[in-house]
Amino acid sequence: MEPFTQLTAIAAPIELRNVNTDMIFPARFMRKPRDEAYPLYMFHDRRFRPDGTEDPNFVLNQPAYRDARIIVGNANFGCGSSREPAVYALHDYGFRALIAPGFGDIFAANCVKNGLLAVRLGDDDVAVLRALVTETPGTEITIDLPSQTVSAPGIEPLTFEIDPFEKECLVSGLDDIGVTLRGEDAIAAFEDSYRGDFDWLYGKRGGAA
Amino acid sequence: ENVFHAFDKLKRDGRAVRCPDQVFAFTDHYVPTRDRANGIPDAEARNMVEMMRRNAQEHGITLFGLGDPRHGILHIVPPEQGITQPGAIIAGADSHSSTHGALGAFAFGVGASEVAHVLATQTLWRRRPRTMRIDVPDALPPDATAKDLILAIIGHIGVGGGTGHVIEYTGAGIAALSVEARMTLCNMSIEAGARAGLVAPDEATLAYIKGRPYAPTGEAWDRAAAFWRTLVTDDGASFDREVTINAGDLAPMVTWGTSPEDVLPITDVVPDPADEPDAGRREKMERALGYMALTPGTKLTDIAIDRVFIGSCTNGRIEDLRAVAGVVKGRAARVAAMIVPGSALVKAQAEAEGLDAIFRDAGFEWRDAGCSMCVATNGDMLEPGERCASTSNRNFEGRQGRGGRTHLLSPAMAAAAAITGRLTDVRKLGETG
Ligand code: SF4
Repeated sequence: MEPFTQLTAIAAPIELRNVNTDMIFPARFMRKPRDEAYPLYMFHDRRFRPDGTEDPNFVLNQPAYRDARIIVGNANFGCGSSREPAVYALHDYGFRALIAPGFGDIFAANCVKNGLLAVRLGDDDVAVLRALVTETPGTEITIDLPSQTVSAPGIEPLTFEIDPFEKECLVSGLDDIGVTLRGEDAIAAFEDSYRGDFDWLYGKRGGAA
Repeated sequence: ENVFHAFDKLKRDGRAVRCPDQVFAFTDHYVPTRDRANGIPDAEARNMVEMMRRNAQEHGITLFGLGDPRHGILHIVPPEQGITQPGAIIAGADSHSSTHGALGAFAFGVGASEVAHVLATQTLWRRRPRTMRIDVPDALPPDATAKDLILAIIGHIGVGGGTGHVIEYTGAGIAALSVEARMTLCNMSIEAGARAGLVAPDEATLAYIKGRPYAPTGEAWDRAAAFWRTLVTDDGASFDREVTINAGDLAPMVTWGTSPEDVLPITDVVPDPADEPDAGRREKMERALGYMALTPGTKLTDIAIDRVFIGSCTNGRIEDLRAVAGVVKGRAARVAAMIVPGSALVKAQAEAEGLDAIFRDAGFEWRDAGCSMCVATNGDMLEPGERCASTSNRNFEGRQGRGGRTHLLSPAMAAAAAITGRLTDVRKLGETG
């Protein structure tokens, strides 16, 4: 995956709280392969009316936000289903970072795996950023991951917290499976003792298939 | 079936599944729930099921596939088979994996990349979650169910209330619930924002597991049971957050909006956004009421419905179907109503008890097992504008089909709605139906 260090890009505001992954990626597209059409599924039922035309009220359909690479969202962004396609589609559309007071737990984990930075800031700070990019459409925000700061015109730089391991994965673009397997000996040793202690979880295989 | 991205990733990176005997696969989201003899007519849905079959076979993973008499929803089959056990750590490729916490397992949903990680390494990176206790000191009244309880909890703490936490449900009200009812409760922990919910194992848990195909037997059972009995929270343990729910006078609950937290007792009326001081919330309510085509002040029991869906991993177990049968016996459905058992074994059990005859006599459709109209990816879906009383877990816009309107409620309440054609207080059905 692409490493994430610094990003300066237009940010689009999404005021709604509790944006769920069904909204970001309607379930009926789950069966689709991840190809050129994938970005179209993102927020599909908000972006497009039932007749297939764009809904001009949706923020990403407005000219100033079309090239947005950052979303400034609201509380509990990405709650609901574990579907990683919600993150794939955000990524494939072009988003690289999300800023919100909080994210759905599974969604946040999925973001890291796909090189999408989910920045948690305080409610008030996010509200300021949302207001800024709403009032001046096309405003660019800069996110610097190594220094964990968010800056935008006219405001003091904001710092954010991030899990060190997640930060390392994002900055290096590492494949976490590879990293984990470096500890294969420890995994094998654990498995041996665990299987010894909890043998009933392993020995018996169920009834006739 | 939705994990094909994970298997694609393994293939791309040339990795194998580390412990295939610890992995179980299911086909549920895309399978038809009727006319199975015709196969899966939709090519894309067929492909999803076929990919799951192929991936399972290639990697030596046990698949509970369509032809298997034990097939069903991924959160119904493992407890039924005794695969879900107290103390186990279960990563599920689906957010409702929290269901398995009902047996004292630590079970949570993960996305496709983490599925690939666990398949390749049998491990996951995990930060210690925050803890939340939801204490229910009083037993539920006889007409209230675990579904009403969890809806009330979500209404109380909100859909973000449990974010970052694992919820332990405690108290006499929980102890009095059957193990299946606890599954309904833990299932919707995710709708409260929590990745996992659990109930400490007790004698009811052990009795539930004993004798199931994957359960230990003989001397191993004794050792396992002794260990399971130790899996209780210490007296005086502290939690990051504690909530007490008074369930002693819990009424049947029903959602009116497009989020599970938009929920009220059936005796209430559609709320008025004008009464909401917070502008953001007011706007959200207005949008929800617009989507749901509801007018503030309308009595919930005056809302007419077009369809009823009974099933899902929340309410597709045998006790749920018995509750439905208890309501519909000798009555007739006024609107299209379908019952989709959560597994083929639930279906077989219901038929052995004669429930299917009760359902059919009342005009209900009796389907094969699967997720069906909970997520509407198998072709069972609402038409735009259709209003559905549903025992599933999500009432998001478009969840049951684009433009469809969902009211979440318990199986007994869904059954009552089918009989009258509108949302109905099941406790009063005798007087009106
Ligand atoms: S029944 Fe619904 S919520 Fe449960 S696993 Fe299936 S689609 Fe998901």
